[in-house]
Amino acid sequence: MNTPYKSAAQIDDLIHQMIDQLNTLLAERQISNPLMIGIHTGGVWLAERLHHQMQLKEPLGTLDIAFYRDDFTRIGMNPQVRPSHLPVAVDDRHIILVDDVLQTGRTIRAALNEIFDYGRPASIILATLVERSGRELPIEPDVVGICPELAPENHITLTGPDPLGLIIKESKHSPS
Amino acid sequence: MIIPNQSNIQLDAQGRLKHFLTIDGLNQELLTEILDTAESFAGVSERTVKKVPMLRGKIITNLFFETSTRTRTTFELAAKRLSADVLSLNISASSTSKGETLLDTLRNLEAMHCDMFVVRHADSGAAHFIAQHAAPHISVINAGDGRHAHPTQAMLDMFTIRRHKGDFSPLKVAIVGDIQHSRVARSQILALNTLGVAEVRIIGPATLMPVHAETLGVKVFHSLEEGIQDVDVVIMLRLQRERMSGALLPSEHEYYQLYGLTDKRLEGAKPDAIVMHPGPINRGVEMDSQVADGPRSVILQQVSYGIAIRMAVMAMAMQRQGGAQ
Repeated sequence: MNTPYKSAAQIDDLIHQMIDQLNTLLAERQISNPLMIGIHTGGVWLAERLHHQMQLKEPLGTLDIAFYRDDFTRIGMNPQVRPSHLPVAVDDRHIILVDDVLQTGRTIRAALNEIFDYGRPASIILATLVERSGRELPIEPDVVGICPELAPENHITLTGPDPLGLIIKESKHSPS
Repeated sequence: MIIPNQSNIQLDAQGRLKHFLTIDGLNQELLTEILDTAESFAGVSERTVKKVPMLRGKIITNLFFETSTRTRTTFELAAKRLSADVLSLNISASSTSKGETLLDTLRNLEAMHCDMFVVRHADSGAAHFIAQHAAPHISVINAGDGRHAHPTQAMLDMFTIRRHKGDFSPLKVAIVGDIQHSRVARSQILALNTLGVAEVRIIGPATLMPVHAETLGVKVFHSLEEGIQDVDVVIMLRLQRERMSGALLPSEHEYYQLYGLTDKRLEGAKPDAIVMHPGPINRGVEMDSQVADGPRSVILQQVSYGIAIRMAVMAMAMQRQGGAQ
């Protein structure tokens, strides 16, 4: 069963909060002209909005981490792998990595590995719309929209691309 | 060697690719999935680290009973870009009972815990035979068997066509040369028709045409000038020199006079037509050097795309491995 959790307008508010946090963090770290990279699919939807509203100069990069998943031989390949596209070299750049939901940390682990196969960035900031319990790796976000209290069997998903919505699904399977 | 019912041995219970032996029996959806997956892999070649970790810890064995440089190298490179460990064996086909030799070789390789065999063999059906007799966890990819099939070559050709032309449905494609003996042509015709091109033409002398060629879903032409009119894609096949001895062709020179692709002959095709060749080219036999090196030639792109296609097929065939479905 799917339960609506946040509407498009509420997500807009969360995005504004995230932009404030990001700007503060970038100022603290004296980073100008960062490179934003969204993780397919939800992370890209979110990154498109952040990228647009923050008026970042560099084009948005996208990552599909399908080739880097650690469960490839168990669950197989997603037939709809979208090519990763990093339009600007990542070497020595400050990167803002954007994803929709942070849970186990495995997606971010895969994304970090993929980014390092493109080059050696100066730093990476992790921004996620949702942070929830269930971490399996030592990965923490720098910027978060919302941290809902969720039971392990509840699965939170970003729907989109337009309008965006957050829904909660009750699932028997443990998410990855 | 008997070629068994091809439609299901290639797919697992969920309809996913387990072996890749022939285009026959695979639907448009699956062929498109191969092309889409290859599209993602094509980007890997442009990165600093030209490798993804998908098949780390897997062992892929190139089992080449027939010599080949390009195909073997691109399969090897594809496997390495997926982080697999690769063994390349060149086993020249012996005159002894091939069934026995094959099985013995197979058991030995299984004992080395190989996960995938890439097979090239002069006998039609060899890859099927190996797929049938290999341990259940092993995937088999056909890298060319006799006159039967060369499905990865056909798919890299489809990939090249899609990259240049986008949509398959309006296209007229001409395949020129020795259709009768060409596993490449056979696989290309199947793939082009499955992907729904408007028209497939085969062009060549009557002695190099299969009997009942029309049943393959193609239009047959014996004149290059006629057949090439208004086509979007011209695929030249390699003329296998050994055919000359069988009196099927008078001479290379005469073949070139009639079927060699020159700039002049290419004028009949659409202005934006591309020229393809699976390689290796016999310059001055199948085509003029000016065409081979000319602006419409995409022959070297075919080689690069071959790596992406082979990565896609290997990754798709291996995804079902590892136990739990």
